[in-house]
Amino acid sequence: MFDIGLWREILQSINKNRTRSLLSGFTVTFAIMLFTVLFGMANGLNNTFAEAFVDDAANAIFIRSGTTTKAYKGMQAGRRIQFKNADFQYIKTDYDENIEFITSRIYKNVAASFRNEKNNYSLRAVHPDHQYLEKTQVFLGRYINQRDMELKTKVAVIGKLVKEDLFLKVDPIGKYINLSGIPYKVVGVFSDEGGDDEERLLYMPLSTAQQIYGNNDYVDQINLTYKPELDFNQAIDFGLDLEKKLKERFTVAASDQRAVRVFNMAMQNKGITQMTSVLGILILVIGLGTLIAGIVGISNIMIFIVKERTKEIGIRKALGASPKSIISIILIESIVITTIAGYFGLLLGVGILEWAEPILKTYFIKDPSVSTTLVVSATVTLIGAGILAGYVPAKKASKIKPIVALRDD
Amino acid sequence: MLEIKQLHKSYAIGDSSLHVLKGIDLSVAQGEMVAIMGSSGSGKSTLLNIIGMLDEADGGDYILDEVPIKNLTEKKAAIYRNKFLGFIFQSFNLINYKNALENVALPLYYQGLKRKERQEKARFHLEKVGLLDWQTHLPSELSGGQKQRVAIARALASDPKLLLADEPTGALDTTTSYDIMAFLQQLNDEGKTILIVTHEEDIAAMCKRIVRLRDGIIMEDKKVTQVRAEAHV
Repeated sequence: MFDIGLWREILQSINKNRTRSLLSGFTVTFAIMLFTVLFGMANGLNNTFAEAFVDDAANAIFIRSGTTTKAYKGMQAGRRIQFKNADFQYIKTDYDENIEFITSRIYKNVAASFRNEKNNYSLRAVHPDHQYLEKTQVFLGRYINQRDMELKTKVAVIGKLVKEDLFLKVDPIGKYINLSGIPYKVVGVFSDEGGDDEERLLYMPLSTAQQIYGNNDYVDQINLTYKPELDFNQAIDFGLDLEKKLKERFTVAASDQRAVRVFNMAMQNKGITQMTSVLGILILVIGLGTLIAGIVGISNIMIFIVKERTKEIGIRKALGASPKSIISIILIESIVITTIAGYFGLLLGVGILEWAEPILKTYFIKDPSVSTTLVVSATVTLIGAGILAGYVPAKKASKIKPIVALRDD
Repeated sequence: MLEIKQLHKSYAIGDSSLHVLKGIDLSVAQGEMVAIMGSSGSGKSTLLNIIGMLDEADGGDYILDEVPIKNLTEKKAAIYRNKFLGFIFQSFNLINYKNALENVALPLYYQGLKRKERQEKARFHLEKVGLLDWQTHLPSELSGGQKQRVAIARALASDPKLLLADEPTGALDTTTSYDIMAFLQQLNDEGKTILIVTHEEDIAAMCKRIVRLRDGIIMEDKKVTQVRAEAHV
């Protein structure tokens, strides 16, 4: 029930006892402000780490080949290792339970032209899975699919910047682009968060490229992502096992660093993730500490306020105030102050984060921000603590005998 | 209208207990003006606090306006205090951040009256004590006599059956004291029942009956010829 008289009493009490109200509000404002700033900075650090891996899948493994550096089992050093389709099939079949997506890659440089526009680009011939590995976003048409692979169709998916370079204002879908003398039908246009380099690329089916450029089954590189269910240690073991098996397959010494190279993102992610979680724990401890300091502050203030108002409470009781009305007047006053002060703290904290953003950027803290939910729940926690902290003294105050309260000091 | 029989009260002091009231019998009729006198420690304030439902007796009966006052819950006591009693204190006990009008209106708030009605009634009572022009002033801006008048207006606001005054002139100079007493006499003339705790003989002489307490029992209870305060002002 909304009791306008009660609210009038409370607002008057807050307004007329301004020093008291401001002092108690300040503690809450300060606690929420610190909380917001600290959490915002922690989020900023996390954003920086997240940004570093936005381009490629964080669970990727890249496998490349080179030349042997060590003689092994009667084979001389300096032998070139070449991956073929069979190697791709071998990995795909043998490690099926660990693999999420897998693709081969062939690199080529092509001179591309459409009508009068010409330019040179890198070309990647890939499997359809490549789209997910590279986080390629096709915004026009489609990506390379399984049918392209089987039929070795002459199709190409072009980057956003290729489209801008060559097609100008023309819709490229269905048009034929000339790549080093051979026309390919453009079936899709993509964008990539990796930036300009990644958008100045062309994709075509692996099978098509193998037929046209050399008529063989060679591949330059095999990329895969391991299943996200795998934890870091499992993923690292998987990568090591893969490397060992491939070295055996190509009769390469286990200690040969160049012939077969397996680059596993899990290796570097493990370190970063560990650091982020340590950071998270640290932030949590600091945040909780701030909150607890705020709670202690509010408790002290509530006890002080009740003490200060003992006489007033005695007068009110002598005039016929029920214990319930005494409790509500004290508690609601503290809730009102805490809420308003908490809101100010939030505004201040967000303001500081906004103001400091350009400075923080230099220290690798990107886009520091806090979710409203987090701050609201922190404020609610403080209000709850204020109620709890205030209830005991308020209850005690409501039990004060008016004669005790009114005794002349 | 007030009936007290064999009232006992003791306070625990450490391990021993102090027997303050040792069987008080007192009855006060409608329209009386009674002074309760006694030296400090005689139990006069304790008696007033029990009558005022600010404290509870250990034994005996207390009937106020035919309602037995016993084993009251806090809530019930609050309602009875509001309905039956008006308090006047030595140190006025006004709420310092409320102006005169708001102080007078406070008991009416606890009666559950509407704001407009509260202010109307409060203004009426302020006018009665001659302070309507001071209604927006804070207690700190009023003189001692004015503060006590505001306190009296507040005590009257809820139209109580009984006015309880605990050393109402204790903090005031003689002229102001007589002024306040003249006003209390006037209220009594209009029919209010008034109980005054005092240790000043001249103040007691302005009542119609003097009850003297010593060591927790009534030593003397006599009717006196009232000295009119106006004569001294």
